[in-house]
Amino acid sequence: MNTNASLCPAKPFGAVVLLVAAMLFGAPLRAADAPPIPDTLQQRIAACTTCHGVHGEGTPGSGYFPRLAGKPAAYLARQMQDFRNGLRKYAPMEYTVRQLSPAYMQEIAEYFAAQQVPYSRSPLPPVSAATLQRGEQLVSKGDPANKIPACASCHGSQLTGVQPSTPGLVGLPYDYISAQLGSWRTRTRGTVAPDCMAVVANRLSDSDITAVAAALASRQLPADTHAQMAGSVTPPLPCGVLGATGDGT
Amino acid sequence: MKWLRRLLLLIVVLIVLLLGWFFFGGGHQPTSPAMSKVTAATLHDPALIARGQYLVTVGDCAGCHTAQGGAAFAGGRALATPFGNIAVPNITPDGGTGLGHWSFEDFWQALHNGKGRHGELLYPAFSYTSYTKVTHDDALAMYAYLQSLPPVHRPPTASTLEFPYSVRNSLTAWRALYFKEGVFQPDPKQSARWNRGAYLVQGLGHCNECHAARDSLGGTPQDVHLTGGQIPQQNWYALDLSTRQNGGLQGWSEQDVVDLLKTGQSAKGTAFGPMADVVASSTQHMSDDDLRAVAIYLDSLPARAPSPEEPSAFNANALVVQGEKVYTQRCADCHGKDGNGVAGIYPPLNGNSSVTEPSGINATRAVLLGGFAPLTTTNPRPYSMPPFAQQLSDADVAAVVSYIRHTWNNSTPAVMERDVSKYRQTPMD
Repeated sequence: MNTNASLCPAKPFGAVVLLVAAMLFGAPLRAADAPPIPDTLQQRIAACTTCHGVHGEGTPGSGYFPRLAGKPAAYLARQMQDFRNGLRKYAPMEYTVRQLSPAYMQEIAEYFAAQQVPYSRSPLPPVSAATLQRGEQLVSKGDPANKIPACASCHGSQLTGVQPSTPGLVGLPYDYISAQLGSWRTRTRGTVAPDCMAVVANRLSDSDITAVAAALASRQLPADTHAQMAGSVTPPLPCGVLGATGDGT
Repeated sequence: MKWLRRLLLLIVVLIVLLLGWFFFGGGHQPTSPAMSKVTAATLHDPALIARGQYLVTVGDCAGCHTAQGGAAFAGGRALATPFGNIAVPNITPDGGTGLGHWSFEDFWQALHNGKGRHGELLYPAFSYTSYTKVTHDDALAMYAYLQSLPPVHRPPTASTLEFPYSVRNSLTAWRALYFKEGVFQPDPKQSARWNRGAYLVQGLGHCNECHAARDSLGGTPQDVHLTGGQIPQQNWYALDLSTRQNGGLQGWSEQDVVDLLKTGQSAKGTAFGPMADVVASSTQHMSDDDLRAVAIYLDSLPARAPSPEEPSAFNANALVVQGEKVYTQRCADCHGKDGNGVAGIYPPLNGNSSVTEPSGINATRAVLLGGFAPLTTTNPRPYSMPPFAQQLSDADVAAVVSYIRHTWNNSTPAVMERDVSKYRQTPMD
């Protein structure tokens, strides 16, 4: 029976063309109806982008998955290291990054650091004017009596972060900020010693955490949201992260 | 009545003696390194140390003897078992907290016979049931390597075993049931390569410690070999390593086995969960000859009959229809409508033994956790799978897993929503 051959004379030729095309373009051979898998970092890191967004935009509505876009690369790489080493505790993150090499972490961190995504505002809980005022005081002046430095003294005068390892605080949701300050106190978030942020978080009272989270989340965004230049601040406390480059050294 | 009193006294004395032995028995004089028959010059031989490093890597000693974020080989982990947590010791040559005072004779006694430096019985979380097959020469090389490491001072965490498991001599009974001391004996009827593979798989590789089901006492009956089973506490299913259908290596070529162990991926599937760690820290570093030997040995294991299909206790049809919908939306872009994946990037699900294994745990947890393929020298920037735990309900996960287990060439029972809910809660370490 040669019915098939006579009906579809072009088939073997088509297959050869496809094969040659696949070899030429280096694309994996796939069924004709499926698009090829792009050889991009974005495609490789589906495990990250599925929660944090393709451009690291996070979930500003809920604050549950933090924004990664535009955060300093060394800061992001450091967070992956901290999850891998168990200094920061969140089982799904620890599982996902547990095998990644410093080089791959750095590449992923640079991808998200380079993303430009407009900030979106998140809902604020109802707080009193006095609370907001206390929060604003902590953000810009600190509380010297309780040895609490101002947020701005490390995170930059516009709170947009400082290269290479200090994240910005503006544009973050209230829930995210208060959850992070809480997790420093319960030791589910930490970093290399000396962990200056743990020291500060433990000097804040519960009402201070509410106040500072509300004040930061309600701040107007500056025109330029990029992190300040490296070396442009002098931290009031010794910080392990500032002596480190985020690659585990 | 006098004889009765005497008999009672005798029984009491016997009980006291037995209790004394139970709690305090098993004494043994350790050998100090200075008294050892192995000289320091032998131990400093760089060739011996290098061979030891390779063997310690094959045995993946660091896999258990390293805490999360801790120094390699310095212990500090608490290994979860159904009987409580077991503290994993420091095996760097630190005098106070590690193996600094251990002679080779002490090391050999632990590896070969499961006894500590003072003769105390070791818990079989340390897999001496397998390591007993390691040759004296290989053990010496491993000892030389471990003694060459920088000493790290790290006291062990406390074990939290329940009574009576907390009493080491209770292991006497366990050892009688499950432990047979003896170095691997080559089978003269088989090739040298087969024997090398068998030696690595049964001995240092300690594959059987995960790839066989454990009974209620935490032991593996001695005739059970690589038959696959659920790993206690971890809730992963370690595959049958024979060529069995559904959950075994049916259809795997020698090259597929080599590929998976070397790169983390093969045409038949990708390593994930605890096996991804084994590939990354151990098997990717094995020589091609050794990997080939392992593949030859595994390929020679007689295929076991697949477990009889249990009829589902509920109507799986509706589940599969819903599952196909979820699959088309969430999975087909990468794994293909035909379930054949993308060669070298995304594993096939059609005929994938981790999809068709009896429990359904592996596919369920892979859907929940996602994650990267193992990071190896040949695949330093692996592709990854999204975790669906936050995006799919228990019902949708059950549906899509039931669908992939029951379509294309796959024909295995559905998984239930309540199982998904259970595996969602499993701790990940």
